Amino acid sequence: MNPLLRRILLASAAPALAFFFALVISSIVLELSGSNAIDTYRTMLDNGSELETMVATINRATPLFIAGIAAAIGFRMNLFNIGIEGQYVLAAFVAAIVGAEINLWGPLHVAVITLTAMLVGAAYAGIAGVLKVYRGVNEVVATIMLNFIAIGGIIAAIFPRVLDTSPNNASNQGTTPIAESGHMPNLNGFFELFTREIGEGAEVTGVLIFAVVIGIAFYVLVARTRFGFDLRASGMNPLAARAGGVPPGKMVIYAMLLSGAVAGLIGMPEILSDNHSYDQGFIRGLGFGGLGIALLGRNGAVGVAFASLLFGFLDSSSAVLQVSGSASASIVVIMQATFLLAAVVAYEVANRYRQRDEIQRAAATTGVTA
Amino acid sequence: MLDPTTSAPPSRSLADRYAAMPAYYRWPLIAALGILVLTIVQGRSDTELLTSGNTTQTMLKWSIPLLLAGLGGLFSERAGVVNIGLEGIMIFGTWMGAYGAFHWGPWGGLLFGAIGGAIGGLLHAVATIQFGVDHIVSGVAINILGPGLTRYLSERIFVNYEGGSQTQSPRTDGLGEWTVPVLAGGDLFGWKSPDVLGWFVKKDWFWVSDIAGMARGLMFRIGYFTLIALALAVIGSWVLWKTRLGLRLRSAGENPWAGESLGVNIYKYKYIGVILSGILAGMAGAFIVLELTGQYRGGQTQGRGFIALAALIFGNYRVAGIVTGAFLFSYPLGIRFADFGGEATRALLLVIVLALAGVMVWAIRNDKKVDAAIAGVLGVATFIWYFTTDAAPDWLPNTMPYALVLLVLIFNVQKLRVPEADGVIFRRGDH
Repeated sequence: MNPLLRRILLASAAPALAFFFALVISSIVLELSGSNAIDTYRTMLDNGSELETMVATINRATPLFIAGIAAAIGFRMNLFNIGIEGQYVLAAFVAAIVGAEINLWGPLHVAVITLTAMLVGAAYAGIAGVLKVYRGVNEVVATIMLNFIAIGGIIAAIFPRVLDTSPNNASNQGTTPIAESGHMPNLNGFFELFTREIGEGAEVTGVLIFAVVIGIAFYVLVARTRFGFDLRASGMNPLAARAGGVPPGKMVIYAMLLSGAVAGLIGMPEILSDNHSYDQGFIRGLGFGGLGIALLGRNGAVGVAFASLLFGFLDSSSAVLQVSGSASASIVVIMQATFLLAAVVAYEVANRYRQRDEIQRAAATTGVTA
Repeated sequence: MLDPTTSAPPSRSLADRYAAMPAYYRWPLIAALGILVLTIVQGRSDTELLTSGNTTQTMLKWSIPLLLAGLGGLFSERAGVVNIGLEGIMIFGTWMGAYGAFHWGPWGGLLFGAIGGAIGGLLHAVATIQFGVDHIVSGVAINILGPGLTRYLSERIFVNYEGGSQTQSPRTDGLGEWTVPVLAGGDLFGWKSPDVLGWFVKKDWFWVSDIAGMARGLMFRIGYFTLIALALAVIGSWVLWKTRLGLRLRSAGENPWAGESLGVNIYKYKYIGVILSGILAGMAGAFIVLELTGQYRGGQTQGRGFIALAALIFGNYRVAGIVTGAFLFSYPLGIRFADFGGEATRALLLVIVLALAGVMVWAIRNDKKVDAAIAGVLGVATFIWYFTTDAAPDWLPNTMPYALVLLVLIFNVQKLRVPEADGVIFRRGDH
């Protein structure tokens, strides 16, 4: 077979297999619990082809994509930044406070908020990087601890002091809302160039632009630059990379800073587009979601984009399932988790198969038996 | 420092003598000295909670989920499989525990919690051992699956029970309690035995009464489930270090290739380790349901799986260390429950200052300048904090375990030794 075709086939077999497997498991769960699987999928697809649902999917996929890229930066050099969760929540919290304090010309205001978030995220991730390099602390453990310290400690300590207590905002248990100039405009106008008018209440988040920029930058950085090469090299074989003149310690810190800076942007849809403040209901769990997205997308920009759109679609379907009564909303979380588990297993199996295949073909061409 | 000319009769410093002691002298000595520090700090503060029996009683109860899940982590990581899915597995345990308890009473809850955990462990085992998926990756997936699956099951099952809803189960009962006779005044075959430690507490003697009070808290009205967990800790330690099973299991975590070359079925022992890990984490979940909250609630594990992991690392992958970690991490919580003014928690800050001062002295003596500087800065900062507040905030007890583990890792006080092949993906016959 044509080697290129063979590679493509092998690469796409794993996700397809995982998707099929996840579908089977979800169907079994649905049928066992008394729902009709086919009906449920039809409801999801019908709803998903609505323009407003697509907007919801994109809005949901945007932070997931950013989180996935943040995780992928670490994974690319075998660094497990489990702390994305703490980094983005802390970053959004500080950015919301800073954004409410200042009042600037529109784009500048947005830029200051964004930069604050990136700096906070990078600094907090940097702690784990420094600890790893200079004190030999495993980054998985350090970032898990830092997650809890950020959310349960730092935010819990400061939050009561920055609560907006002005009388016109008594019901909102959050920080002072950011002024109009710090709001990111939505992208409805752009999308309506191609589609019909988007219905009332649905707004495409402007942060999507950030996500696109980050995605392209990530692709270029990793695939086309010296830094990206060093990053991948020290991930694959730190000793060889070191022999090749790549300082491993520095790479760890750079990767953590970069991952944290991107992680800082995860909360931006909420801060710049939806709520314009940090409150009790601030969305959590995107950090762990991002780890899953990165794994599903094989740490590549395109793969992460597909994965985040899939998860975004599943998330935006949960509401309609609840309303239509065809299945419990939580079935989508089970779908996501089984898909993720099935995918990582399928990738690993495909990887082993590919390795064996390569050895055999190499043996066949050289005449040496493996 | 020893001077070679004068050391003809080897002068033994206090540290040398301490190091030469057998462990069963060392541990009580450390505990007694620790209580002395607490007593002194307490004397300077407006509180009696630091050494009260209520504090240790609550501490013991709240430490059990950490202890059980920490033991679970121990079995898995000693077999060479990193298990950050403990949190997700524990969530399976809470749901299954509540389900079992609703249908078959508390013992059924315990059993079902263990079964739920075993399923979670099996999932992790198949992914990591059979398919060679990265351990962290599989753990992350299980942590995503846990809350989703249990919520789905609640929406389908608990909603139909009286007192249940999408996020919680009906109420469940605990396993029952027991008080140690003679020492803490428990019943012995219907005879109301004396309460010796209670008598000491009433005398109000400096340090002695404090030790008696803290000890009595560990013996007064302890749950049967707690006793089972403590027994499991002892049995777990014995299995890991004194049996053939334990030796082989540890070989899978230290050097699976060598083990395999000696004919050990490494996969089998890894499976045993990870499934046992799931069972223990599931039991930890069942404990939360049966003994702490009295029902299943969504999100009730509150990251305890991760704290258990912290206890495991803090405890240097040993049972005694895990028990110490679990106690230490639960101690601030034990205080917090009765500390309405935040006065006692504030006093804890002073204890931390003293501990950091100790680290600083140790660092200077060992010529570790950076460590000494870090400890000094942190100590001074904590001291200033202590002086500028009247009451410690709510969030402090919850955050302490994490900060403590980070500090331990930063100073590497215990010379942590992770199992050699922990987290390594091992493939049969792949050398």
